[in-house]
Amino acid sequence: MKRRNFVFAGLFSLSALARAQAPVADPGIFAVTKGARLARERVKLEMPVIAENGNAVPLKVSVSSPMTAADHVKAIHLVSDRNPVSKIASFYLGPYSGRAELSTRVRLAGSQNVTAIAEMSDGSFWMDRSHIQVTLSACVDDS
Amino acid sequence: MSARIQIPAEAKRGEIIEVRILIQHVMETGYRFDDRGTPIARNVITSILCNYNGREVMRADTSSGIAANPYLQFCMLAEASGELVLSWVDDEGVRGTERASLSVSG
Repeated sequence: MKRRNFVFAGLFSLSALARAQAPVADPGIFAVTKGARLARERVKLEMPVIAENGNAVPLKVSVSSPMTAADHVKAIHLVSDRNPVSKIASFYLGPYSGRAELSTRVRLAGSQNVTAIAEMSDGSFWMDRSHIQVTLSACVDDS
Repeated sequence: MSARIQIPAEAKRGEIIEVRILIQHVMETGYRFDDRGTPIARNVITSILCNYNGREVMRADTSSGIAANPYLQFCMLAEASGELVLSWVDDEGVRGTERASLSVSG
């Protein structure tokens, strides 16, 4: 292996490690995973980057999974960074779902990170996180 | 309270169909105040359940973080003809149900 290639390989594995690091410090996430390892690859959270109105923000979560009886997504959890109730919702799926895909509309009290966590039938957890700028937050006070 | 379920009327066996549900509900967060300054009590849907032929397809525990008039889209494997039953319950204990039927061929 050339030295340059070796350096590149090193950089890549470092960045992969950094991506796999779990933000377990977040109590909202900890409540879902109970401290289990969180990796990033299999979940995709699609959400707008800027929302004018936090009262109804559309989002879509998809998880790559065969959705068979032996290997499926048991649940998809949505966790907010800044909402007064950190867990937005938990959706329980199974092999009859066919495809682990879900869309809904959420309320967001201000600009923040939203995390989608997938709980697999084998007990592993996967996540994706996205930051959103909310111009007008959902009414937490009398705004 | 009313709801709407959108599914195709027919599907082939083994096809994955999309289910869209929309429930009419205020999803009152409990963080707002009325004109006199008294807090408005929380009233959100806490549980949504979708059964197909008596088998659970999707269940959701929801909070005030879900927007008013909850909208949900998910997938379902069409294996046999039957009926999709959507039911939900809110903080006040009010329950609602909606049904849609699907005919599966092949």
